Amino acid sequence: MTPTGFLSQLLQLAIALLLAPLLLGWVNQCRAWLQNKSAPPLLLPYRMIRKLFHKDAVIAENASPIFRTMPYIIFGAMALAAAIVPSLATDLPFGQAADAIALVGLFALARVFIALAAMDIGTAFGSMGARREMFVGFLAEPALLMVLFTASLISGSTSLPTIVDTLAHREIAIYPSLAFAGVAFTMVSLAENARIPIDNPATHLELTMIHEAMILEYSARHLALIEWASALKLFNYSCIGLALFLPFGIAQGSDDWLAILGATPVLAAKLAAGGFGLALIETFSAKVRIFRAPEFLGTAFLLAVLGMLVNLLLGS
Amino acid sequence: MSALHLVVAAIAAWIAIGVLGMIRPRKGLKLIRALFILGAGVALVVAIVALFSMGQIAQTIVLPLGLPDLPFHLRIDSLSAFFLLLLGATAFGISIFSAGYFRESEGTAPGLLCLHYHVFLAAMALVLVADDAYVFMVAWETMALSSYFLVTTDHRIPEIRRAGFLYLLIAHIGAIAILLCFGVLQGGSGDYTFGSMRSVILPGAWSSIAFGLAIFGFGAKAGLLPLHVWLPEAHPAAPSPVSALMSGVMLKTAIYGLMRVTFDLLNGQLWWWGVFALVLGLLTALFGVIFATVQSDMKRLLAYSSIENIGIIVAGMGLAILFKAHDKTLLAALALTATLYHALNHAFFKSLLFLATGAVLHATKERSLGKLGGLIHRMPWVAWLALVGTLAMAGLPPLNGFVSEWLLLQAFLFTPTLPQSFINMLVPLAAAALVLAVALAAYVMVKFYGVIFLGRPREPNLAYAQDPARLERAALAWFALGCVVLGIFPVNVITWLDPVDAMLIGSTLGGRGGSWLFLAPVNPDRSSYSPIIVLVVILAVFALTIQVVHRYYHGRKRLGPAWDCGYPLQTARMQDTAEGFGQPIRQVFEAFFHVERVLPSPFDATPQYRVKVEDHFWRWLYLPVVRSAEAVARLIGLIQQGRISVYLTYSFLTLLALLFFIR
Repeated sequence: MTPTGFLSQLLQLAIALLLAPLLLGWVNQCRAWLQNKSAPPLLLPYRMIRKLFHKDAVIAENASPIFRTMPYIIFGAMALAAAIVPSLATDLPFGQAADAIALVGLFALARVFIALAAMDIGTAFGSMGARREMFVGFLAEPALLMVLFTASLISGSTSLPTIVDTLAHREIAIYPSLAFAGVAFTMVSLAENARIPIDNPATHLELTMIHEAMILEYSARHLALIEWASALKLFNYSCIGLALFLPFGIAQGSDDWLAILGATPVLAAKLAAGGFGLALIETFSAKVRIFRAPEFLGTAFLLAVLGMLVNLLLGS
Repeated sequence: MSALHLVVAAIAAWIAIGVLGMIRPRKGLKLIRALFILGAGVALVVAIVALFSMGQIAQTIVLPLGLPDLPFHLRIDSLSAFFLLLLGATAFGISIFSAGYFRESEGTAPGLLCLHYHVFLAAMALVLVADDAYVFMVAWETMALSSYFLVTTDHRIPEIRRAGFLYLLIAHIGAIAILLCFGVLQGGSGDYTFGSMRSVILPGAWSSIAFGLAIFGFGAKAGLLPLHVWLPEAHPAAPSPVSALMSGVMLKTAIYGLMRVTFDLLNGQLWWWGVFALVLGLLTALFGVIFATVQSDMKRLLAYSSIENIGIIVAGMGLAILFKAHDKTLLAALALTATLYHALNHAFFKSLLFLATGAVLHATKERSLGKLGGLIHRMPWVAWLALVGTLAMAGLPPLNGFVSEWLLLQAFLFTPTLPQSFINMLVPLAAAALVLAVALAAYVMVKFYGVIFLGRPREPNLAYAQDPARLERAALAWFALGCVVLGIFPVNVITWLDPVDAMLIGSTLGGRGGSWLFLAPVNPDRSSYSPIIVLVVILAVFALTIQVVHRYYHGRKRLGPAWDCGYPLQTARMQDTAEGFGQPIRQVFEAFFHVERVLPSPFDATPQYRVKVEDHFWRWLYLPVVRSAEAVARLIGLIQQGRISVYLTYSFLTLLALLFFIR
């Protein structure tokens, strides 16, 4: 563990924790602009979290400890994921703790806990949300892993820093396998982050919500942590996407700390562009019925497998 | 005294304990309880002996038992030692649980149960140390019979008798195949010791036939497609500790047999065996997990999930065969390590969950998921310990289920180095199927845990449910501890497994397992995983966040009724039932099921809703076989006239025919 590595690890974690709500605010703002609405302030998610921390938590009478510990667990899982995904630098001490497969496992851990907590109170909406979340999850997870497999077949490694190191050193060209994987990854990220067309983050309409249905019973600090963790999840997925498909500008291996400082604005610019793209997708598509979700995610899965086959056939 | 002597002494001790139970089979529950604890002690001895004989030189003894000129050959080597450890460690916990669990009931008397149970354990241990086909088959059949009696403990219920019959039938179909397999393996030498089978070199087709017979015969016991049908019937029928023992250990003895035949007794493996096992295993895994999602009986659900896990294990073995056939021994060792690791993990988490269902069953008298709920408040011990098993089985880090799946996926990622290009194309599909099965397992486990332990009780009588007594809790804690330890210290486990790889594959991961902190099976640049860091970081962030939030803001809370979008009327009936929770999967995978549905119409005075989900295999395979067997029987019945003169004519004609042929 080099001092630079330690520094970049710390900086990256801090940036992820602090900037994640900003990314959410940015996406919401872009979406409002694109839809000709007056935009909410950029810092609204921060104010929301602060407000929620100040409130008294109201907990249902029959809640078990699972319900109360869940927000902390998923926050921990997402923070760990943020430490692992190479967003600024590849020389990360935590990078070895979990490779791409373990990262997917970490997301699955968060998903299972949130689903269990949703079933804990025993309301109709809670269990409906849990069922739908697991339903979307079981389709999205294989597709996500296929995307990561494609990348790891190219680089001969499942560890994300190595993948980034390999991919960043290739010449800039369109690789067919990565193009397929990129489309698949975008589709999976939309589903996993409860965005349109699978879920609508802005809805509380009973029959259509998934993520919101699971966290209906939460309030105050618990809700704040869940919102923050969701923002972190979006941030992490964006960073995985950037690391796999736009790995340029990430500080490599043994670079000095200046490179890491230089990587920060690059990351910000890429995230801003990515957030705008997300808002664009959300504006141009409509939410689909829950039973159309298998078609959507099945397409993503097939695209990912296609990417892998293309990679095996063409070697690119 | 050598390790093998100790194992033989343990087998004898188990049989003696069983016989002691017969002294007063109707009374003396305290005696039975003490005997089960004694049996647990023996199991612990077996586990410790196995732990230390791993990697030692194989020991053999010849016992002057059995038929004249046909003594029992016994042998302990690394492969036996691994499975003996699995048996000992699992049986230890289950015996402790059983000591508290079995009580007077309508069915088999506790003393008789004690006999069957310990004979079952002894037979499984004997299977693992058998070194000739004769003692192997004797032990194998004893195992089948004693477990049949255990399954039919509540033999007064007709369904349970039927389930037991089905189990016995399929066990015997499998046993015939295994017997034939040994017949092929001895290769005309007439010597049925494993030692001579190892030295026989079979011509190509015959070795393939032997492998086919082995995978059929052992697959029948393990629950591979299409011989899986007994599992979902027998597991719910059996008492929970027996289900745990069957699922956790007995299925693994079949895996042991398959490994013994494929890697040890057969000289050289063909690559297509690997592809066959891989495809069959993955199909079984997907089939099992898809059916598990739609079950509404908690033990049936676990039985289907056992089918899934056996599928994963066989798929891993297929991968190991494939790599070994292409002389990629390091990768074969990786795949085999993952397979063995998964077998061990499955023994732990599945036993834990089966025992937990046993505790729930005793506390509530209810097996149907639709009538449970909210038990985490009534049975906190069982609920929290079962949570560990649930997360382990869902394949989540940092518990044990994840480690073996991770290793297996790593092995999959290497497949493109194989020479056949179509196999390289098969990989994405195989890896995808595995991932799909694992992701669905998480769905199943959320359903299992959420419906049983979370939410609100669906029936009023659940309010009286209670945690089990100390012995049962201790057993559950043992398995939960095992799940955590196997998950946190994978490198130690992998290093310990090296001798098995060396014996079966001829290569080990030797020293490549990584440091104590990082699991890095091939090299750290390629992939690494550190369960300790994952656990510590999550816990640290957890504790830190609580501290920060409570210090800088506050920790105030109020209790109130559930909000649920402000709906005023809420009953426990509005929660998802087991059927409801599985419904999306049923809709997506409709083609897999044979569904019979009775839907109410709006005008029904007494609306009825009924769904019956069945296995296509019954219709497509079993019923035609049954029908054709009946048809053949009817044809043979034609010559059965029941009159003595007709039978005398038959004898006369037979004599004439014989005279004609033999002259």
